[in-house]
Amino acid sequence: MKRQRFLGLAYLAPYVLGLLVFTAIPFIASFYLSFTRYDLMSEPRWAGLANYEKLLTRDRTFEKSLWVTLTYVFLTVPLKLAFALFIAAILNYKLKFINFFRTAFYVPSILGGSIAIAVLWRYIFASEGLANMGLGMIGLGPVDWFGDPTNALFTITLLRCWQFGSAMVIFLAALQSIDKSLYEAAAIDGASKTRVFFSITLPLLTPVIFFNLIMQMVQAFQEFNGPYIITQGGPLKSTYLLPLYIYDEAFKKFNMGYASAIAWVLFGIIMVLTLIAFWSSKKWVYYAGDKRS
Amino acid sequence: MDTNAMLDMDAFNDAQAAKRARMRMISATIRYVLLFVVGILMLYPLIWLVGASFKTNSEIFSGAGFIPREPTLDGYIKGWETSTPYTFGRFFWNSFLIILPKTIGTAISCTMAAYAFARFDFPLKKILFTTVIATLLLPNVVTRIPQYLLFRDLGWLDSFLPLWVPSALAGDAFFVFMLVQFLRSLPSDMEEAARVDGANSLQTLIYIVVPMLAPALISVCLFQFMWTMNDFLGPLIYLSSVDKYPVSLALKLSIDTTEAFEWNRILAMSVLTIAPALIIFFAAQRYFIEGISSGGVKG
Repeated sequence: MKRQRFLGLAYLAPYVLGLLVFTAIPFIASFYLSFTRYDLMSEPRWAGLANYEKLLTRDRTFEKSLWVTLTYVFLTVPLKLAFALFIAAILNYKLKFINFFRTAFYVPSILGGSIAIAVLWRYIFASEGLANMGLGMIGLGPVDWFGDPTNALFTITLLRCWQFGSAMVIFLAALQSIDKSLYEAAAIDGASKTRVFFSITLPLLTPVIFFNLIMQMVQAFQEFNGPYIITQGGPLKSTYLLPLYIYDEAFKKFNMGYASAIAWVLFGIIMVLTLIAFWSSKKWVYYAGDKRS
Repeated sequence: MDTNAMLDMDAFNDAQAAKRARMRMISATIRYVLLFVVGILMLYPLIWLVGASFKTNSEIFSGAGFIPREPTLDGYIKGWETSTPYTFGRFFWNSFLIILPKTIGTAISCTMAAYAFARFDFPLKKILFTTVIATLLLPNVVTRIPQYLLFRDLGWLDSFLPLWVPSALAGDAFFVFMLVQFLRSLPSDMEEAARVDGANSLQTLIYIVVPMLAPALISVCLFQFMWTMNDFLGPLIYLSSVDKYPVSLALKLSIDTTEAFEWNRILAMSVLTIAPALIIFFAAQRYFIEGISSGGVKG
């Protein structure tokens, strides 16, 4: 068995190499860079806390961008998950054509972040686009989807909610794995449907809700394609999410140090929220006795 | 209790049952209507996209219907030519050149990593597996700048190497995680039998483990195909010459360079860029649904 100890590591060698070169070292380097000024022309120069000080006290663009990002994440993630759960709960009844519906709802997720879909969104929500024609048919006035700073971010949220399919498929799989005898027992006890949902279904779903919550949150904080293609961050920076700001600072202005500092603030926020979620999960996530290993 | 009362009771029960059946009918109808409406909202934008790509430019914003009044291939013909010296065929070829090595590299390196984690004991195993979960949760935005600097120092900018190599070294932690979960759920009797028969660990991997992993591996390849096809930020950062652009960048370029009012060209090329993903999805749906149901997925 001694031989096997090293065999395992041999199979893992590509992973370990990749981990070190493309994740671990860049991770540390990025932290270092965030304390420097670096324009690619000369060597990085140590700047101490100057980047962070500027970010947190004097940078109005950052302030705006951070606010937009938080609004976007706290709007998109709950809406998307609630909608995904709602549809999954309906699909979970013994319905005909369940596979057809599941496929139809999943297709937008497949095309997910593609540029073509972002392009399509520009057309659909143009002032004379499909969305306003649809609203017109039911007698509602045209909405200025992209021109109005209060609507633009919501239009991107709509794009991501349209892709609720993959979260829904995960919810549906979890719903279908719930032991039917629990429902039979509840029916014998005369529990109402609402009661059954909140006392049986929802608690048993909490591990999956937790998983979806974390994944969707980490992803939403990194949204780039949507605003980059659809609104270019505008109007009035109302969709200027932090990843766009980082991209502009790093790859347009070549302020690598400053961009790294923004990335680390973003990372810090994601980490704190993830830790809060993990910590609070002890209180609300229910793990049944038999966990899959 | 006299007979009359009993009859009343029966009648009452029948009425109750009928009422319940009616309620069930109504709620089932509501559910179908709801699903149908949501389904239309989900799919109509895509149907409209396909329809509009065959419309003339003047027709695109003139009505909500998707059937073109005077169908034309104008958008496809002019869009395919692009405003660059290359046709869209070139950009599809580039996408293919990015996707193929990346997917093969992913499949091989992730299988090896999963085999190690699921079937061997070695020093630091716990810590190394924790790094898989940590990488899964680590936002790419943190490592992107140093990665760019690294590729610049290696002289890899404006080549496909930055897009291939990290994935070929099992860089997509999600796939490693998914394959480990799948492999752990499979019994190892067959592998032990092979070992008793004198097969070494590599032969066991190739002849026993890989065939058993096949469904999960197909999911991995399909997802990697989709994600690479849709990837925009990677090529945007690393590729600068137009002749190396994949379709995602080419589409963005065509928005920037096509004159206003030439909408059907852009819509036509949008249809073409999502077509491969759609075709593969419908051909191999089962693997997608199983893939995300088993591991959970971003998207």
